[in-house]
Amino acid sequence: MSDIPLVPEAIRAYPRLSEKEGLLSWVATVDHKLLGIMYCASALFFFVVGGLEALAMRTQLGTARNTFLSPEAYNQIFTMHGTTMVFLVVVPLMLGFGVYLLPLMIGARDMAFPRLNAMGFWILIFGGILLYYSFVAGGGPNSGWFAHMPLPERAYNSGPGMDYWALGLLAVGIGTTAAGINFIVTTLTMRAPGMKLTQVPMFVWTTFINGFLIVGAIPALNAALVMLLIDRQLNAHFFTPQSGGSSVLYQHIFWTFGHPEVYIMVLPAFGMISEVLPVFSRKPLFGYTAVAFSTLAIAFLSYTTYAHHMFAVGLGHVFELMFAASSELIAIPTGIKIFNWIFTMWGGKLRFTTSMLYAIGFILLFTIGGISGVTFAIVPTDWQTTDSYYVVAHMHYVLFGGTLFAVLSGVFYWFPKASGRMIPERLGKLHFWLTFIGFNMTFFIQHFLGLMGMPRRVFTYDDNTNWSLFNLISTVGTFILGLSVILFIYIIIYTLLKGEKAGDNPWDAWTLEWATTSPPPIENFQQLPPIRSRRPLWDLAHPEDPDWARSHKRRQPATPERSNDRP
Amino acid sequence: MSMQSSVLGEQYAAVPEKEGVDRVRLGMICFIASETIFFGMLITSYVYFRLSNDATPNARTSLDVGRTAIFTAVLLSSSLTNWLADRSLQRQNQRGLVVWLSATVVLGAIFLVGQAWEYAQLLGDQVTVSRNLFGSTFFTLTGFHGLHVFVGLVALTTVAVMAGRGWFRGPRSGAIESISLYWHFVDVVWIVIFTLIYIVQ
Repeated sequence: MSDIPLVPEAIRAYPRLSEKEGLLSWVATVDHKLLGIMYCASALFFFVVGGLEALAMRTQLGTARNTFLSPEAYNQIFTMHGTTMVFLVVVPLMLGFGVYLLPLMIGARDMAFPRLNAMGFWILIFGGILLYYSFVAGGGPNSGWFAHMPLPERAYNSGPGMDYWALGLLAVGIGTTAAGINFIVTTLTMRAPGMKLTQVPMFVWTTFINGFLIVGAIPALNAALVMLLIDRQLNAHFFTPQSGGSSVLYQHIFWTFGHPEVYIMVLPAFGMISEVLPVFSRKPLFGYTAVAFSTLAIAFLSYTTYAHHMFAVGLGHVFELMFAASSELIAIPTGIKIFNWIFTMWGGKLRFTTSMLYAIGFILLFTIGGISGVTFAIVPTDWQTTDSYYVVAHMHYVLFGGTLFAVLSGVFYWFPKASGRMIPERLGKLHFWLTFIGFNMTFFIQHFLGLMGMPRRVFTYDDNTNWSLFNLISTVGTFILGLSVILFIYIIIYTLLKGEKAGDNPWDAWTLEWATTSPPPIENFQQLPPIRSRRPLWDLAHPEDPDWARSHKRRQPATPERSNDRP
Repeated sequence: MSMQSSVLGEQYAAVPEKEGVDRVRLGMICFIASETIFFGMLITSYVYFRLSNDATPNARTSLDVGRTAIFTAVLLSSSLTNWLADRSLQRQNQRGLVVWLSATVVLGAIFLVGQAWEYAQLLGDQVTVSRNLFGSTFFTLTGFHGLHVFVGLVALTTVAVMAGRGWFRGPRSGAIESISLYWHFVDVVWIVIFTLIYIVQ
């Protein structure tokens, strides 16, 4: 009787927080929920830092022959913008959501290795601090986020920046690997009794597969980084062509990591979308098996496509053809996913919450980014557009329009669970439109700048026809994005202080994380509902028509907005 | 409503507490997988530069294959003693566990002494990390392997001391089983390295 409170009250989020340990409880905690929140909070912090770097760059590029930033400063800032956004924002966000949600979604008490979880987080933060300490130590890293050789070698780069870059990323890499191992083991060994691997929410699937990608890819980066460090500190010759080393070998090793990394940064985002769309369409995910297997296919293919980042090297005809073909192949599983999401919405009773808007925005923008991505798989097109602003537009459509929109969809969806409070929809929608307009204004026009020949990573440009105008439009868009970030921080603070109480299951969702209180107690669940299908809470609320009793092959009609027979 | 709730309440099941040696082993297997990629990249670099660059000094001119073969045999026999330690644990033979773990530590340490000897001789011959690509790749690859042996020795010493104080009563222990996995992995990596650097040349 008392198992299901009729009017849930928000309980204190962090039982230990205000007790005598105080702040120490955040440092000493091994609770996956606190760690997940800390991952996301530190990602937000670094997002603001990386965003300020972007604002500085766009200010410099606002007009032709601007002198706001020196070339040296510009190099350091674009390097740190890329490094920060990839390693300290997007990856930690994927890890943070995984760490927070994985145990809740599979009905577990915590991750498989709670202390490893905490260790991974703190090593990652330490890496971030090392990276930024370089500015104090005498100059930041300045060779781009992928640091193609031999520019980062000591002969060309005598400052300490690249040493801190390599050391910082090593630390970040070790922390990320720890989380990846935890994802795999948690999914395999911690599922609630009765929950089969074919019944876990899609986000669990994508995070699980992400674990394999992390374990398989990050060590390659670590190997490249230690070789770079040994080159710089002990005068070894790995990547110095003048003494027999090979700068192309570095590219092979780096992109062996680098392309799976792209999917490390997007697979969990696919998972978030696959959670949000069904709930706000009031239908189960269309083609669960197809989505899961296409994720697997993407993960597998990602290891076979890395050299499409290297077409400009001139690898030879056969080599290029092979990688062009395998890169184009990846469009197939990705396309399958997009069709599945659209058919999830098809015929559903759509609820256009902020979270849903972001999910739909994701599908639109990610499709644009995906299509421009296919053009890079075609070798001659790649030769024409590589290292131009077309690449910049493409990767921001995938990483910002793709991953970050999905993350925002996830934030607006799960924030009530994590904080116990509802984000006001009015503010949320304002934020969506600001971000959507600012994003497209900033990056859509960069496609054209790239096709017009503007190279990336240049600190200034000549006043060619329309270049100043297009760049100015892009810069204005960036400032709109800046506003949207300020609004986002305001929304978070406002909601934490004054948001309405959320209740256990404000969206009437079906997965296990909504079966506990908001925020969940330290032990996550006192009791679990029986798990006999992919939607245990649906079965609980509809004993007359549970999922497990019907064939998954039959068409499943959309359900009413709010079912009245819910307990 | 309340009736329905109470009916549903009975449907709930208590959250079970799981314990698992296998969970720890699985974690170690994942870690070993990541280490395999790491060593794979270092080995790839060694092979790539060995094939593309034949300058001296190199493995043929500088390395003492016979001596290293002896130390290799020592390291491989430490895998055997480690397996005997595992078996003692399964048979709940605490004394055997301590003895065989300690033997493993001693054999691993002898291997490291051999590596130090080899390094000292190479450095005396002016073969250093910065001498040429052979130096760079050789010291990086074997150095990282040596580091892994050292980490393994620290872990083995820790569990040996704990075993001496009666922490492991068997028949299973996640700590000992996963450290054994790691130790065997380090040995396998050495077999690959020894084959590629010393035998194939």
